[in-house]
Amino acid sequence: MHRFISQWASPRHFYRLSGKLLPWLSALTIICMLVGLVGGLYFAPPDYQQGNVFRIIYIHVPSALLSMMVYVVMAGAAAVNLIWKIKMADVVARCSAPLGAAFTFLALVTGSIWGKPTWGTYWVWDARLTSELILLFLYLGYMGLRAAIETPETAARASGILALVGVVNIPIIHYSVDWWNTLHQGTTISFTTDNISTSMLVPLLFMIVAFMSYYAVVLMLRMRCEILDRERKSRWVVQMVEGG
Amino acid sequence: MSSQDAPVTAAGPRRRRPAAARSDALRAFAGLLRRDLVLAFRRRSELANPVLFFVMVETLFPLALGADNDLLRAVAPGAVWVGALLASMLSLEGIFRSDFDDGSLEQIALSPHPMPILVGAKVLAHWLVTGLPLILVAPLLGLLLNLPQSAFAALVLSLLLGTPVLSLVGAIGVALTVGLRHGGMLLSLLLLPLYVPVLIFGAGSVESAAQGLPVVAQLYFLGALCTGAVVLAPFAAAAALRISLE
Repeated sequence: MHRFISQWASPRHFYRLSGKLLPWLSALTIICMLVGLVGGLYFAPPDYQQGNVFRIIYIHVPSALLSMMVYVVMAGAAAVNLIWKIKMADVVARCSAPLGAAFTFLALVTGSIWGKPTWGTYWVWDARLTSELILLFLYLGYMGLRAAIETPETAARASGILALVGVVNIPIIHYSVDWWNTLHQGTTISFTTDNISTSMLVPLLFMIVAFMSYYAVVLMLRMRCEILDRERKSRWVVQMVEGG
Repeated sequence: MSSQDAPVTAAGPRRRRPAAARSDALRAFAGLLRRDLVLAFRRRSELANPVLFFVMVETLFPLALGADNDLLRAVAPGAVWVGALLASMLSLEGIFRSDFDDGSLEQIALSPHPMPILVGAKVLAHWLVTGLPLILVAPLLGLLLNLPQSAFAALVLSLLLGTPVLSLVGAIGVALTVGLRHGGMLLSLLLLPLYVPVLIFGAGSVESAAQGLPVVAQLYFLGALCTGAVVLAPFAAAAALRISLE
């Protein structure tokens, strides 16, 4: 176990292992996305209230889910870097931030497109929309702080503390905004109540898996770039580049 | 030689009784608090700035929205709270800035006392000279914005519980950005999302009071936020300061 972790924590081995893993993950992403999209856009029946409009759920829900998951991954990686000083964890945090911000933005845009036909307006100050917007600000703040500090080591640790402060605050923000105003429809996926038909749910689950593996793929691609940049003076990178 | 060294290390400063160390830390807390207060009162003209800013922001609301008394009454809780939040945020830089520039912050970090306690002293001093005057002037501004009399108690109480949270959470942001040359804009970007809960419960309590509804729930929430911030924020701010001082 320890050996397994230390292999992933070394930039060189990470580069090698991620190179082997990438084709498989990419294939998983493409297959799940195809199944999910065809199932969701073609096979799933129209909603009895919302008609075909509801089909945007297949983009909206996965991106909203990922927007929160990525923040937790980012904060967890930041904590690992702060506590054990594992540089690869910082690479994860750094490369995750723009991805998380992109998912948050996508969730906001699809949400407001969905809002127009169902609520009659592009934007309402609804609790979930608002907390999603604040999440976007948190991502932007993290990236802004990171970009403002010139020393990479200091930038990593300072922004790490900000990510941890943010992750403590996210539940507080979420529930305070929830208490403040809510209009959003309830959760679609729930283990206790049955409020979505199977033919609609299965493509959604495929899309969620597709989004997660898409995140993993893009994260790895970004991390590989970042590793090459950080390690550009080390021997294995020079050898690899010169050897073709 | 070695017989001389041994007693020195055994009775060295690290081996003192916990009670003595605790009273030492308290003395350091009081000393730093007094120093910061003295420094603040030596620069009296700066003391008035946050209050003046607060008053001017509140003056902008009637000018922008129109002098309709009913409209002003409706927006007063939010307007006063937003003004207090902005005034408190813009004064935050002062917590660590001058100490960082002249190097005394590094001396504070080098002292043997626990850093979170010293950070707490600095935040408390800062709140006493910037947060407290805002609370004193807030009812007056409420009066100008036609806030009902019944909401004044809630306004003062919510600010009493809320502004310490703003200062404490703000201290983390300032500690992270103190080493940067143009940290001001970035500081607002970092802090405003974290201030959302305080604003919601603060303005919400004044709003409820203005409508004659009970305000206990919001004040309890603010109290919980305040307690949480008092306990956790000094540690995060101290850790952030240590990074900025590297």
